[in-house]
Amino acid sequence: MNYFPDEVIEHVFDFVTSQRDRNAISLVCKSWYKIERYSRQRVFIGNCYAINPERLLGRFPCLRSLTLKGKPHFADFNLVPHEWGGFVQPWIEALARSRLGLEELRLKRMVVTDVSLELLSRSFPNFKSLVLVSCEGFTTDGLASIAANCRHLRDLDLQENEIDDHRGQWLSCFPDTCTTLVTLNFACLEGETNLVALERLVARSPNLKSLKLNRAVPLDALARLMVCAPQIVDLGVGSYENDPDSESYLKLQAAIKKCTSLKRLSGFLEASPHCLSAFHPICHNLTSLNLSYAAEIHGSHLIKLIQHCKKLQRLWILDSIGDKGLAVVASTCKELQELRVFPTDLLGGGNTAVTEDGLVAISAGCPKLHSILYFCQQMTNAALITVAKNCPNFIRFRLCILEPNKPDHVTSQPLDEGFGAIVQACKNLRRLSLSGLLTDQVFQYIGMYATQLEMLSIAFAGDTDKGMLYVLNGCKKMRKLEIRDSPFGDTALLADVNKYQTMRSLWMSSCEVTLGGCKRLAQKAPWLNVEIINENDNNRMEENGHEGRQKVDKLYLYRTVVGTRTDAPPFVWIL
Amino acid sequence: MRDRSELEVGKSNLPDESELELGLGLSLGGGAWRERGRILTAKDFPSVGSKRAADSSSRQGASPPRSSQVVGWPPIGSHRMNSLVNNQATKVAKADKEEEEEGEGKKKVDEAKDVSMKVNGKVQGLGFVKVNMDGVGIGRKVDMRAHSSYENLAQTLEEMFFGMTGTTSREKVKPLRLLDGSSEFVLTYEDKEGDWMLVGDVPWRMFITSVKRLRIMGTSEANGLAPRHQEQKEKQRNNPV
Repeated sequence: MNYFPDEVIEHVFDFVTSQRDRNAISLVCKSWYKIERYSRQRVFIGNCYAINPERLLGRFPCLRSLTLKGKPHFADFNLVPHEWGGFVQPWIEALARSRLGLEELRLKRMVVTDVSLELLSRSFPNFKSLVLVSCEGFTTDGLASIAANCRHLRDLDLQENEIDDHRGQWLSCFPDTCTTLVTLNFACLEGETNLVALERLVARSPNLKSLKLNRAVPLDALARLMVCAPQIVDLGVGSYENDPDSESYLKLQAAIKKCTSLKRLSGFLEASPHCLSAFHPICHNLTSLNLSYAAEIHGSHLIKLIQHCKKLQRLWILDSIGDKGLAVVASTCKELQELRVFPTDLLGGGNTAVTEDGLVAISAGCPKLHSILYFCQQMTNAALITVAKNCPNFIRFRLCILEPNKPDHVTSQPLDEGFGAIVQACKNLRRLSLSGLLTDQVFQYIGMYATQLEMLSIAFAGDTDKGMLYVLNGCKKMRKLEIRDSPFGDTALLADVNKYQTMRSLWMSSCEVTLGGCKRLAQKAPWLNVEIINENDNNRMEENGHEGRQKVDKLYLYRTVVGTRTDAPPFVWIL
Repeated sequence: MRDRSELEVGKSNLPDESELELGLGLSLGGGAWRERGRILTAKDFPSVGSKRAADSSSRQGASPPRSSQVVGWPPIGSHRMNSLVNNQATKVAKADKEEEEEGEGKKKVDEAKDVSMKVNGKVQGLGFVKVNMDGVGIGRKVDMRAHSSYENLAQTLEEMFFGMTGTTSREKVKPLRLLDGSSEFVLTYEDKEGDWMLVGDVPWRMFITSVKRLRIMGTSEANGLAPRHQEQKEKQRNNPV
């Protein structure tokens, strides 16, 4: 390779797109490092505080696409206060100053403001793609700036964000000359939608492939939109309250039949329990179905729909489908790769809509299954052992038994053996979430067998520090470890400080770590940011003479090359 | 009136504004509400995740925490959670309305019908209204169209927020709208003019057309509502009343 001119090497590198591979390439030698960095177009930053924009731009001056993640995962469950951080503004400011030709920005769990969106829309003439996932801090006014100023906008994809809906006219801010949209997803907006502006926009977007509507788009509008966009591949239905005899419904039926490219279906944010038969004609093409927000639809209708979906690869559904419904899935969806079953009853009222039987049925019927997220009320070791035998190909296995500390409901034993079987059989397991009654034993299994494990979520589990130590010592590829309400303390935390150099982050809340332990860790590892989030009266921690033994409520630590961040709010201590 | 986003607990976009943020912080660590007589900063925000008491008792063999009482559990994204809770609230409200309509010509039924006629379809200005409860990190939204009376609304809110304060006490929250001292909490709302009022004083129909946001706050806070309200206004840049 050394005998080739740089341009040839660069051309070869163009075929290497995965970030990990490109990182590996850059380590080979100085000349490859140099060629790689100038040709790198996409960068993924898993923790926005691990690096700063200046250093990023210093290394990759030709950046076109940036992905940033802010808050830790447990922020999704309100364990991280809103003001913790993850502000995108400094990034956009730096990128704007550098006159970069930014085309794509993808943000997850970051704080985005209208000011940021306005700046973004004005600073990059070639900007094409904005994807915001679980972000907050902005309003529809910010969306209006994006619509108005981004001349070549291709993707506007808003997933599960907290957006203040000013019920303005952001959709009409797309100029008439804007015809380039490929993705438009505003399902998470709660307010009224200007239907006329929406229809006009869809009608003039011949490349539109993905359209996800919010709950304010009624059925008759949906019918008209589908007539304008028969080329649609990915559809999110807004409101689906239909009278099967109405004209709108008939129009919808006719329009759906013409959408022969439709592969992904989601939404039904407000749905009457009436059947989904209008969609039956296109079901045989569907590869992805997300009905996890459609709480109104009865299990029987879900089953009728799914019976037609033989090509389904991804299914997100509510537990109202029941074990019976899952059996139907198992016998129909032989191509299924990913399944998520969400709970409908959060109050733990003993509703056993789906049980271990449903999980076993799926594992037996779907040979290609590799990712699962399963909420249920009960589980047994026997079931998990069977699942492990049936499905040794799991990459992601997340089981959430709704009641914390719940044992095997038949034997009353902990679920150590069940999860142990999973990690032993699934040699490619990268992500695991545990639940139910678990002792240190399960962690011994994880440390021994889960060699590829990168992300582990632990809640209400374990007995002693040994549990956490098994994981830290055994899982060489661990990147993200998040623990809540488990009896792990300073001994485990401090046993191998250098381990955290190989990890992105560690989260521990309501565990046994003390302020003294955290301080010692921070001293030993200056390349770590050790953050204590303390929402209680701060003064209590300092005045208390036993501060060394004061238990820390929330600890978040992460490796960084740029030291302590300067934007932390007062209740976050960085040691 | 200040931009409403600044008054809302926990919504500061810029870190240096958190010092000026008005908060109705109430510590729930010991299950007791404390008096606040000063402007609170982010430091005073109560712990939302503190349930050590529940934990240690569970490890000592006492009954484990129920799913609904544990903060941040089950691990469902807050967006999805809000949607699910609102769906349940709507179901409850609809069921209630049906029950009432089957009853014998009560005044409530007429009012409900009246309201539902007025709000049928997508009436501008009504719809989902944010609800925050002091000490609870997660905000909720209620669909005002799905409710027919104060009782109705209070019931929905009770169900939404029951067990969300993270205390181990199983004391059921009393009807929220009454400031009669029997409940720890009161329900207040922000109206179209930006004023914070106690819920329940005006006819229901008038209420739903003027409510912008709801807040459940501790009784001790609400006692000072009028004077505090004045205090808030004096500190704002815009014209005082």
